[in-house]
Amino acid sequence: MTRSFDLSRTVLAAVAALLAAMIALPVGWLLVVSLTAKDGGVTLANFVALFTDPTFVDPLITTLIIACSVSAICCLVAAPLGWLVARTDMPFARTIRMLVMASLVTPPFVGAIAWEMLAAPNSGLLNQLWRLLSGMPPDEALFDIYSLGGLIFVISCYTFPYVFILVANALDRMPGELEDASSMLGARTWQTARLITVPLALPTLLAGALVAFLQALNLFGSPAILAIPAGFHTLTTRIWSLFQFPPKPELAAAASVPLLVLTVVLLRAQAMALGRRGYAVLGGKYGAPRPIRLGLLRVPAVALALFVLAMPLFLPYAALFNSAFSRVASRIVGPETITLHNVKFTFLELSSTMPALKNTFLLATASATLGALLALMIAYIVARKAVRGYRALGFLATAPLAIPGIVLGVGLFLAYTRPPLALYGTLWILLIAFVTIELPAAYQQLGSAFHAVHPELEEAGRMLGATRLRTLADITAPLLRSAVIATWCFIFVATIRELSAAVILFTSETKVLSVLIFDLKESGDVGAIAVLSLTMVAITTVVIAAANRLHARPQSRPA
Amino acid sequence: MRRRQFVAAAASTVLAPLGARVLSAAPPPQAITPTLIEAAKKEGKVTYYTAMDLSVAEPMAKAFEAKYPGIKVAVERTGAERLFNRIGQEVGSNIRRVDVANSSDAAHFIVWKRQGWLEPFLTPDMAENLPADQRDPDGTFVNQRTHLSAIAYNTKLVKPEDVPRGFVDLLDPKYSGKLVKGHPGYSGTIMTATQQLAKALGWEYFEKLSRQKVLQVQSATEPPKRIEAGERAIAVDGSDYLFWMAKERGAPIEVVHAVEGTPQISNPMAVFRASPNPNAARLLVGWIMSPEGQEFIVNVSGQYPANKLVKAKAGRPALASIKTLPEDPSEVEKTADEIKTRYQRYFKV
Repeated sequence: MTRSFDLSRTVLAAVAALLAAMIALPVGWLLVVSLTAKDGGVTLANFVALFTDPTFVDPLITTLIIACSVSAICCLVAAPLGWLVARTDMPFARTIRMLVMASLVTPPFVGAIAWEMLAAPNSGLLNQLWRLLSGMPPDEALFDIYSLGGLIFVISCYTFPYVFILVANALDRMPGELEDASSMLGARTWQTARLITVPLALPTLLAGALVAFLQALNLFGSPAILAIPAGFHTLTTRIWSLFQFPPKPELAAAASVPLLVLTVVLLRAQAMALGRRGYAVLGGKYGAPRPIRLGLLRVPAVALALFVLAMPLFLPYAALFNSAFSRVASRIVGPETITLHNVKFTFLELSSTMPALKNTFLLATASATLGALLALMIAYIVARKAVRGYRALGFLATAPLAIPGIVLGVGLFLAYTRPPLALYGTLWILLIAFVTIELPAAYQQLGSAFHAVHPELEEAGRMLGATRLRTLADITAPLLRSAVIATWCFIFVATIRELSAAVILFTSETKVLSVLIFDLKESGDVGAIAVLSLTMVAITTVVIAAANRLHARPQSRPA
Repeated sequence: MRRRQFVAAAASTVLAPLGARVLSAAPPPQAITPTLIEAAKKEGKVTYYTAMDLSVAEPMAKAFEAKYPGIKVAVERTGAERLFNRIGQEVGSNIRRVDVANSSDAAHFIVWKRQGWLEPFLTPDMAENLPADQRDPDGTFVNQRTHLSAIAYNTKLVKPEDVPRGFVDLLDPKYSGKLVKGHPGYSGTIMTATQQLAKALGWEYFEKLSRQKVLQVQSATEPPKRIEAGERAIAVDGSDYLFWMAKERGAPIEVVHAVEGTPQISNPMAVFRASPNPNAARLLVGWIMSPEGQEFIVNVSGQYPANKLVKAKAGRPALASIKTLPEDPSEVEKTADEIKTRYQRYFKV
């Protein structure tokens, strides 16, 4: 048998080169710029300026408080909810799982705007309602969304679904036999949970905590909406303000370095925590997990789940609907006051609506396809240690996490406004930005999916003479099918939500929906924002439903 | 006070370093000919960057499209300071997008003119009917319209005896937590107003104001929407035409012209030299400045027109009857960075 040339080497080299270009180029420019003095010499003055300036140190501390709080809240909410949905006989578990995923479709800045409608101290609908019910005087407020707590709450609302998905998927994949064995050996339910379920779910929860932390760290939209009115900056909004005229990219570049260091440390810590333990839980055979009977607790459980879902989903969307058909967002719309003014304005007058919709969905589709493909290849290489230096590849794919989208936007701006690739002003630069930003999460998702597929299956294929690519296509891919589609959907949605890099990189002809909404927010046109957000969510939902239908047919697991 | 000489001030700054050069007068006026219209239709589109509220800018664009079918206007609205940044980014990177720019910070035109980014353009109508203080002597930009950055309040939330008479009144502790204001880092109106107020009242005024738990929004077009929604009782600043428009459609809003004087904001407009649609750009500017275009702006928003053939909106106070603060674009141009830095020091954002 003649062994054909293993094409994989070439593919791997290409992926590595692409990654280096995508990440090393903008980051390289940022580093160069952060170390450059006004006169062009090398200097550390930018760092000195940052760390001695309270207008930078305060936002840094604020941001760390936010990221820690969000991470903790997300784990506290997502872990029980994920367990309820994946491992118990809670009613409507599938619907609830779907709704949590659906809440991810909401861009965080739209969520923040909706929560302004709900919980602005005076005009917020919830505060008005509370005043009506309790007779609280007009100047007092039950909720003040323009506060650190308010911001943490809103960020958590739109971050916990990430953790939830990770946890629920991990619990799905966890073989029931281990728990069965434990109970057969006489362990009580809580003992099984402590000794089997929690340790098996722990790596995922840690990964989730990390994802939540980094999301909160790098988020720009929600702080821009809520922190500025509240009179404080987070690191990202502060960096954004550095790009006000005259732009100070050297300070912004320097400001991203602490984030980079922090992220590297965290990733290191995660690797050490997971240590040398093997976590392959999906071998050649497995059994479906057995749902735990909740008994009398079924109703409280579902009530709890619905209460949690009210925060990112029911309440904000009620507020958005109200605002879409109302002249003033702070008034509940009634049969007499209902108006199509905002709808007409958005679709008949606002000249940016259609181009932005088109650009957004074009970019989301392209980024999702390209990103999922790239993440799949990298995850494979790293999980199977396929080439020497695979660690570097894994690091490169995770590195964008450490760069706030807004700083990456600037890095790309610096890198692609000059020859040989003058991409600024085209959709290409946005595509590069989106793929780069979403790569870490996509890679982590697919990476953990790979970890769950034991290499023995691929080894069998390789031993039977298949090339690496063939094995990948015939054995690994079908097993990962649902993970890949989930990743595609994830990138699609994340691209539509993305604001922080887009806000630097767009031009009038490459405006995307998120930037349009952000611009409308700046002028306070919340009615149009509501209409646009609802349209965007509707279209996104249709696309995701279609994508999920694709893989609904051949499931690898009995229902 | 009459409109202040924004153009004179602007021109002196631009021209001073070029003293040796023979000053050119405005270019010969260029009529709107059928050839120009044909060429504009062939281009089929024009990109209009503006800081004007969309409730005025979009209808205005639609009126232009109705007048010249086949030419689509892409309205790019954002706060003037962000607009300035974006145009700098785009033009600086040789991205040709902007055809016509219209900003509420007149200082921007000093910079753009100095950089040679603007294309002089006047129609015979503009040359004849724009007073000298409404256009650049070289014809590189003209004032499209004038508005004020006024105090306003929600009549349901402020008792008649509590209505502030001016800016200093707003420092009273009873207004703490009741104020909303725009931000000079995003809004040209607020940038211009901040310079005027800091000059009239000193920076200590803003230092004290920052202790009043002000709700900080970005654009000068947002405070009107916030007080209409009842989120705050009083707007420290904001585009006055939006207060009036809301009031005229029945919102409980009243405008206050401060005893100290109200900041006055001109809104210059220019064709960009690198305009990808130069004919459509000229057609748009010619139309907006024509009696028809000016009339449209006045009818929809009641802003003060620049074309002397057009009367201000009935029912609004005459500009001459309002005590306004002097506008000084060249000073704004020189101190913009300092204004933003000081503002951030006091208001933390």
